[in-house]
Amino acid sequence: MSIETVIEIVLAAVVLTLGVWTIVVPETFSATVGFVAYGLLVALIWVRLDAADVALTEAAIGGGLGGVLLLGAAARLRDADMMADARPGKLLRAGAAALSVLTAAVLAGVVLLLPDPAPTLAPAAVANAWATGLSNPVTNVLMAFRAMDTMLEKVVLLLAIIGVWSLAPDSAWGGRPGPRHQADPRGVLAFLARLLPPVGIVIGIYILWTGSDHPGGAFQGGAILASMWLLAIMAGLADTPLVSHRSVRFILVAGPGLFLLVGLAGLLFGAAFLSYPPALAKPLILGIEIAMTLTIAATLGLLLAGAPERSTEP
Amino acid sequence: MLPPAPALDAATTPSGFLLVLSIAIPIAGVLLAFVLGDRYVRLVAFAMVPLELAITVTIVAAVPHSTGPLVYLLGAWPPPLGVALRVDGLAAVMLAATAVVISAVAVYAGAEFSVTTTKARAPFVFWILLLAVWAALNAIFVGGDLFTLYVALELLTFAAVPLVSLDGRPETLRAAIRYLLFALLGSVLYLLGTALLYGLHATLDIVLLSHRIGAEPASLVAAALMTSGLLAKTALFPLHLWLPPAHAGAPAAGSAILSGLVVKGSFFIIVRLWFQVMPGLPGFAATQLLAALGAAAIVFGSVLALRQERLKLLIAYSTLAQIGYLFLMFPLAFNGSGHLESGGALAGGLLQAASHATAKAAMFMAAGSIYAGLGHDRITGLGGIARVLPLSVLAFAFAGIALIGVQPSGASLAKDLLLQAATERQQWWWAVVLQAGGVFTAAYVLLVLAHALAPPDKPVVLTGPAPRLGDVAALVLALCSLLLGLVPWEPYLPVPYISPPDLSGLGTLSKSLLPVLGGVVLAILLSPRPHPFASSVRWKVAIGMLNRFRRGCCAFSSYVERGNGVLCEWPAASTCLLMLALLFSVLMLVAA
Repeated sequence: MSIETVIEIVLAAVVLTLGVWTIVVPETFSATVGFVAYGLLVALIWVRLDAADVALTEAAIGGGLGGVLLLGAAARLRDADMMADARPGKLLRAGAAALSVLTAAVLAGVVLLLPDPAPTLAPAAVANAWATGLSNPVTNVLMAFRAMDTMLEKVVLLLAIIGVWSLAPDSAWGGRPGPRHQADPRGVLAFLARLLPPVGIVIGIYILWTGSDHPGGAFQGGAILASMWLLAIMAGLADTPLVSHRSVRFILVAGPGLFLLVGLAGLLFGAAFLSYPPALAKPLILGIEIAMTLTIAATLGLLLAGAPERSTEP
Repeated sequence: MLPPAPALDAATTPSGFLLVLSIAIPIAGVLLAFVLGDRYVRLVAFAMVPLELAITVTIVAAVPHSTGPLVYLLGAWPPPLGVALRVDGLAAVMLAATAVVISAVAVYAGAEFSVTTTKARAPFVFWILLLAVWAALNAIFVGGDLFTLYVALELLTFAAVPLVSLDGRPETLRAAIRYLLFALLGSVLYLLGTALLYGLHATLDIVLLSHRIGAEPASLVAAALMTSGLLAKTALFPLHLWLPPAHAGAPAAGSAILSGLVVKGSFFIIVRLWFQVMPGLPGFAATQLLAALGAAAIVFGSVLALRQERLKLLIAYSTLAQIGYLFLMFPLAFNGSGHLESGGALAGGLLQAASHATAKAAMFMAAGSIYAGLGHDRITGLGGIARVLPLSVLAFAFAGIALIGVQPSGASLAKDLLLQAATERQQWWWAVVLQAGGVFTAAYVLLVLAHALAPPDKPVVLTGPAPRLGDVAALVLALCSLLLGLVPWEPYLPVPYISPPDLSGLGTLSKSLLPVLGGVVLAILLSPRPHPFASSVRWKVAIGMLNRFRRGCCAFSSYVERGNGVLCEWPAASTCLLMLALLFSVLMLVAA
């Protein structure tokens, strides 16, 4: 047995144990911590599977921003003590566990039945990379072959923002989301919030830039930028923007907006909707990705900041 | 009959670009309205609605002139690498129904969601989400790839959920979060199935997949997962815990969209999956199970509708029952060679979906006007309302008559088609369910109308002005549903020849009268509250005889209510979801 196999077995065992522990543990806070660790380890598994793009996304969303969101929710739930009432009975929980195990077993069996080697479009995606001039096939799938899905996903993000904002009280509509954070200006948080963002912003931009040829891209880069922004907000160094501000609105639609415009230009002057002329493909795609990175960073940051709470007047 | 889908439609057809526009235009509206902000959202929506309506009309007009479906290859990449958009007759019907309903809702909501300085939030959210729902539904009807359909489903869910909690009351927030969580469970199951299918066949294009898919166990499990996920989003019994509070809690215009259109999105994907991706695979037992759930939905939904105190909840439970009706077509399309046949039964199901969309939206709009006029919507307090809000009551009545299936409504043609299929397939039990469904519908519609037409206890005072324009929109929509049976459907749906509606004959009269009479009896038997029939002297003798029987029926319906209470708890509903996924897997595996 090679050392890699041993590592893989240990990794799988730890992930499974963490998963079960996250479900079983009664305290919301502990479950959240378990979930964050679970997300980071799943990212490691993706690395082992040579899916670095997925690993980056899983670490950023499952381990990072998702964790922050859940921690915030756990803190609120602890305040409200809402978890205390109505715990389902033992029999019900045992039944649910049995049913879930059965479902998981069926899924595992089905996955084992999948053909090996798996039929795949990966060679076709690599062979058609000439059309865009980018050599990361994942980026090509996202930005060219299945560009429509990516564009619609960005609209989903925008709708999520609208959904969160719709929870605002009428009096605070257009105001700033979330509370104004105060932190000890000489504390660790404020120190980190000064230290990390310059590095983080460079890394975020690098991941966006390298995404055209190597693993990375708009979503991963945007998530890192968002976390840097959130760090500054939580340390009290920056405040959330007014949601009615025109420039905020503009950044939030920049990604899908530019995507749609390029798509329509392709419909009018080019071969088809969302087709790129080969000579212009790379600059166009990079332009869209830059806009999308800004949009994703702003969207993820504002999604975590929550509904507007403070009215427009200071 | 429709021509069969060509083996590989790897080319864009001449008017294919319209399919792109049908999604891109409302999306552009969403983005534009979001940037321009509060003051201009309604203006943007009013600009986009006619434009999109015109695009839909052009698409629908182009379908009969095309030899196959209209096709557009996005980015000029043919599937499997790229994504194709396709419009066949089924998609055209749904596109048209969506366009009609959304346009009417836009007219209806014009006054309610106008922007004032004190309330900018609700109009901003409503108009953007109205356009977003339209884009999402069009993407679902037009999308030719199972993953694109997943993205469209997400778009639809995220557009629909905030509509529920638009007024910000705590109970509507609870309904919205319930809806969101359960819909996401459904999404996860659908996505899981999609991933399995890609792992098996390296394509998610519907036409390509239909050629490659076989009776592999993994394909069948994938189909079962996707089906149960979609059923959760469609709120088929017993996965309906989110529907009544969500559909009754939203503002009337939102309810019209949610009840009329949003549930049809996931329903349509089930149709695509069963009839076009894998018509030979589900097998007899799975189709029977699907329709059995539908039949249970009809009984549960109708009995519960009769027990509601509030009009909007009654209409929401009626949606639950009507969703059940949509699933009766699956066993009736199952032919002798073990295939789901795209024939009369499918046409009937789709027609039912279109006529329910228009009629239900009209009903919710009328109920909204009544609520705005009275300040409440208690059914027993509706006396005299027909005198002060005649247009609203008329719209409600027309929509109700259309739903019952009185000729020449779309529901009546749908019922004829399904009954004919039941005879052909020798499955008489579904014919019984179909007839019973009509009687149940008549019961709750008549219950409301009887209260609305009864003389008032005290003079009715309106709390607000009657929304004339809104009522006209509701009335037009109800008339649409009522006249759908007269539309020539042959270019779009596989309608076999059936005799044209004969509006004067004795047979027609009895066909319409029977459900109505049955409905009156059911309404008296199953509604627990005193009703206006009881006050009439002429009915007294009959009522006296019925009273003992009625007590038994009321006991039955209160058991149904209690059972529904259990099913609408999270543990029961999520258990049902997993069990259905396993059950469908087992049934399909046994059939294969």
